Amino acid sequence: MTERIVIIGNGMAGSRLAGELHARGGDHKVTVLGAEPHRAYNRIMLSTLLAGKIGEPDVELAEVAGHGVDLRTGSTVTAIDRAARQVHTADGDRIDYDHLVLATGSRAVVPPLPGLDPADPPDRVVPFRTLDDCRRILAHADGARRALVLGGGLLGLEAARGLAARGLDVGVVHPVPHLMERQLDAAGAAVLAGTLADLGVTTHLAVPATAVAADADGVRLDLADGRSLTADLLVLSCGVRPDTALAVAAGLDVERGVLVDDRLRTRDEQVSAIGDCAQHDGTVTGLVAPAWAQARVVADLLTGAEPAARYRHRPAVTRLKAAGIDLAAMGDPAGGPGEELTFADPTRGTYARLRIHDERLTAAILLGDNPTVGTVIQLFDRGQPVPADRRALLLGRAVGTTTAAPATSPALMPDAATVCQCNTVSKGALVRCWRDGARTVDAVVSRTRAGTGCGSCRDAVVGIVDWLSTVDSVEVSR
Amino acid sequence: MTDGVRSTTRPGQRPREVATHCPYCALQCGMTLRTDGAAVTVAPRQFPTNRGGLCQKGWTAAELLDHPERLTTPLLRDPATGELRPATWDAVLARITDGVRAAQRGHGRDAVAVFGGGGLTNEKAYALGKFARVALRTRHIDYNGRFCMSSAAAAGMRAFGVDRGLPFPLADLGRADTLLLVGANPAETMPPLVRWLTEQRERGGKLIVVDPRVTATARLADLHLQPLPGTDLAVANALLHVALTEGWVDKEYVDARTTGFEAVRRNVAGWWPARAEALSGVPVADLEATARALGTAGRAIILTARGAEQHAKGVDTVTGFVNLALALGLPGRPGSGYGCLTGQGNGQGGREHGQKADQLPGYRKIDDPAARAHVAGVWGVPADELPGPGVPAYQLLDALGTDGGPRALLVFGSNPVVSAPRAARVESRLRDLDLLVVADFLLSETAALADVVLPTAQWAEEDGTMTNLEGRVLRRTALRPPPAGVRTDLEILAALAERLGGPAARQRFPTDPATVFGELRRASAGGLADYAGISWERVETSDGAFWPCPDADGPDSPRMFTDRFATPDGLARFHPVEHRPAAEEVCARYPLHFTTGRVLAQYQSGTQTRRVAALRRAAPEAFVELHPDLAHRLGVGDGEPVRVVSRRGEFRAPARLSPAIRPDTVFAPFHWGGAARANSVTNDAVDPVSGMPEFKICAVRVEKV
Repeated sequence: MTERIVIIGNGMAGSRLAGELHARGGDHKVTVLGAEPHRAYNRIMLSTLLAGKIGEPDVELAEVAGHGVDLRTGSTVTAIDRAARQVHTADGDRIDYDHLVLATGSRAVVPPLPGLDPADPPDRVVPFRTLDDCRRILAHADGARRALVLGGGLLGLEAARGLAARGLDVGVVHPVPHLMERQLDAAGAAVLAGTLADLGVTTHLAVPATAVAADADGVRLDLADGRSLTADLLVLSCGVRPDTALAVAAGLDVERGVLVDDRLRTRDEQVSAIGDCAQHDGTVTGLVAPAWAQARVVADLLTGAEPAARYRHRPAVTRLKAAGIDLAAMGDPAGGPGEELTFADPTRGTYARLRIHDERLTAAILLGDNPTVGTVIQLFDRGQPVPADRRALLLGRAVGTTTAAPATSPALMPDAATVCQCNTVSKGALVRCWRDGARTVDAVVSRTRAGTGCGSCRDAVVGIVDWLSTVDSVEVSR
Repeated sequence: MTDGVRSTTRPGQRPREVATHCPYCALQCGMTLRTDGAAVTVAPRQFPTNRGGLCQKGWTAAELLDHPERLTTPLLRDPATGELRPATWDAVLARITDGVRAAQRGHGRDAVAVFGGGGLTNEKAYALGKFARVALRTRHIDYNGRFCMSSAAAAGMRAFGVDRGLPFPLADLGRADTLLLVGANPAETMPPLVRWLTEQRERGGKLIVVDPRVTATARLADLHLQPLPGTDLAVANALLHVALTEGWVDKEYVDARTTGFEAVRRNVAGWWPARAEALSGVPVADLEATARALGTAGRAIILTARGAEQHAKGVDTVTGFVNLALALGLPGRPGSGYGCLTGQGNGQGGREHGQKADQLPGYRKIDDPAARAHVAGVWGVPADELPGPGVPAYQLLDALGTDGGPRALLVFGSNPVVSAPRAARVESRLRDLDLLVVADFLLSETAALADVVLPTAQWAEEDGTMTNLEGRVLRRTALRPPPAGVRTDLEILAALAERLGGPAARQRFPTDPATVFGELRRASAGGLADYAGISWERVETSDGAFWPCPDADGPDSPRMFTDRFATPDGLARFHPVEHRPAAEEVCARYPLHFTTGRVLAQYQSGTQTRRVAALRRAAPEAFVELHPDLAHRLGVGDGEPVRVVSRRGEFRAPARLSPAIRPDTVFAPFHWGGAARANSVTNDAVDPVSGMPEFKICAVRVEKV
């Protein structure tokens, strides 16, 4: 019998799983139920959409609808009947499954502030999570002068950067003393705040918000230090919470997320969970890379392509990359055993801190123009040994990589030095040729063939001939 | 010499000086050969590709003409002693004929296979394909070009409807504002091409090189991206992602000249640069700078070569860069476009006229009834007698001597014992054959295994044409006749045809290259690679002629795609492509990535260049390039011997310490055989579309010897 696989959620995790199942082929009937009315889209690009650089079609992801995959957007699941192996939708549909995958993602947290009803936030107050949120923010941003962002975590800063790129004056309010405190140390956060200030983003740190008031003209945010900030728009970025309501109602084990094992199975063998809604080994990741890794494992298992596939949690890399900001953070910034390398150039907005233990990178913060960022991420990701010369980790290939030395005086060049790579002609060979009677560049070239290949040593050859013609006698080692 | 039909192509009077081209790479530098009756000397010649340049390989090419190791008599393996001994042409041709008949009698026509080379002239490549299909009537023919640019060829075919390495003249490189080289190291593989790069940079252009090593070419670049081997496709998709988000996609061009963009747009939406950064190690900032340089340039060119192509996902990787080029509106615009740097001397022509398992002359498909009818008409045989498609090179080599596989193999101009992946396996397949015949002018490692070795003419001893990396058809001109006892490949094919099929069969295989070229023109007429309007005279008087060129009186095609692509509707095709891991990933037992490549002073399997004294001095032996950090961990000093081990075998060579390579990757050149054979460890996983083996990445460990 054809196995019926139902995926609840058409976000980054659910749509990816459908694609992975499709790619592996096999005899499956896959149904994807997405509550949002849109095609699958790339949440990572929403801040770019906020910045106005791209349009909505540009965030759409590839879909496999039609190819054995039944994709139903705008379809909200209301209940899971595990005994009957059936999913109920708001439209009254009953969909049978042999295997069910929860990819319900997470919801934006609306903080419990006076004036803020989580079920019905005021018009000018918008969380930043979905494409619809993005549309609402953009609708208010149009013609606006000033925006506030509550929450100085990764997503909040991306939203702030996006709105600043549209020309808005943006303020970020963050309750703790430094930005992105889960990923950054105090020094790094300070450099980041400086970078943001240069981009038109003001930060209000170590100050909780106490109340929100909004009307048709604007929004006011009251702070614990007695200040009140006003703006045309308030974006909420106060974290996310795994969307586990269906799982709870279905009687699955749920802590912060739906508990899954290394096969991403819940307590029910017929039900898996992936992405933001899943909790594996005590961790709810909230990032794309692990969600996609989980999708691969589930696809491998359900199709039988790789029956031994297991998910292993790997420490994540946080990457904030927007025009003018380049930040990579990995591992625990709080420290730990081992050596520590630091480099700071606050004027240029550059900061680097790396922790090495047992010849492996255990944590890193790279902010600003760090040429080694790709190398550092790979070393951390793959657990590979760090370079013997630690400076290479901070300064990149400038150290240790010899670029062709600029031609110093020909007199100082050793005779064995190769001048023409294409024809393996050494300086000594050119000198001997001169001593044997060749007195012009053309004569030297035609006898030695130097410079007749790629031609890039021509200047060096001319320089050596010029030098030879100004010195009386040149010794050369045979 | 009963079969010794001496060619009429040899001029009655020995010329003292001829204009010809270098015998080595696809740049086909113009050179002048001179002889005083004894020694032959080489001089560079002004030609639009090399502009008077010549590398050491070209300068010393004539040394092999009268080399002491030159084969001048056929060799036959003595069944009693197992040794190769000189024999008469009559004896070796009889041995081949008997072997072919025995194999085909016992196991059917496909029991005999032919393996060609990308160094053969157009005339010889054409004749070889015809010989396989008409004289042997086997479907099994393929060639070492499969190991060269087959991935780029397949990607070009599916995107543009045609495959010509560069669809524009080389001179365009000098005028590009941005030039992106992906997995190409011309400073070592075709040095005179660097003259164009120099011109490009002197005009203020930007050169960007993608290579896991800091190669001689990478040192010339304004920006060098140093990805982990096997991640170029992720880089390509991320570059297009950036171009999309920054608004550099040429929407007008995409709408007017292409189809399929939507699917690619949605696919690369999933390739934000930080994702490619984690896979490849190329910083996001560098990806953005590269996309900007390409996306905002007036004229931009993207070139791929073996580094991007020799993978089990080579076709998709090239397609990723073709997608990028199309999205930016480059192909068909003057001074812009996508191209592939073909490697072998006649890699381009060699794939157009019938050496490929699935193709007939003119780049026709062998399973296309109209193509079969046309070519069968030119050959004077019934179309239904032509065999169907065979299998790609590695699959063919892998099947030799196995149950149901070919029992006899004829090799022309190739040395798979050194150049094929997982070479020990290939060597064992060759040993299991009932008959191995190798035509060569030196005793290559493959020839040393043969039952019969046929001494052939060298480049300075034959007339014909070559088609260079631009699709420019060039004239190769004989300076002198071959030594006594040596025959040309055309003469060998004619003699075998006669012995197998009598005088009527002999008539089908003229030995005069000019006659063969005339037939090739007719066979290619109307095909994608149409040579009908190209004559030797035209080639000689106008610095070559670019195909397609259907009419003798009409123009040739230096620049393609200006108005339309070679697809049925004239539009280029986008194809969404996904990165996937290498066929073999590193693990605890094999923790290092291994990649292969070339050095300046050697060429391909080294059969020729290893025998030239000056080149041997410049590059005397194989080596294993290691980062000093890795060497330190292994306890290996510079110059000390190491053993490189993969699941398929091992080789030994001295370590060469260099910070030019990533610490997680090991490099070795593949020009050497024996214990230093790098291909002993390479992976025989192949691309599902092109059949290209995964030469450029596998998992190894390195041991101190």
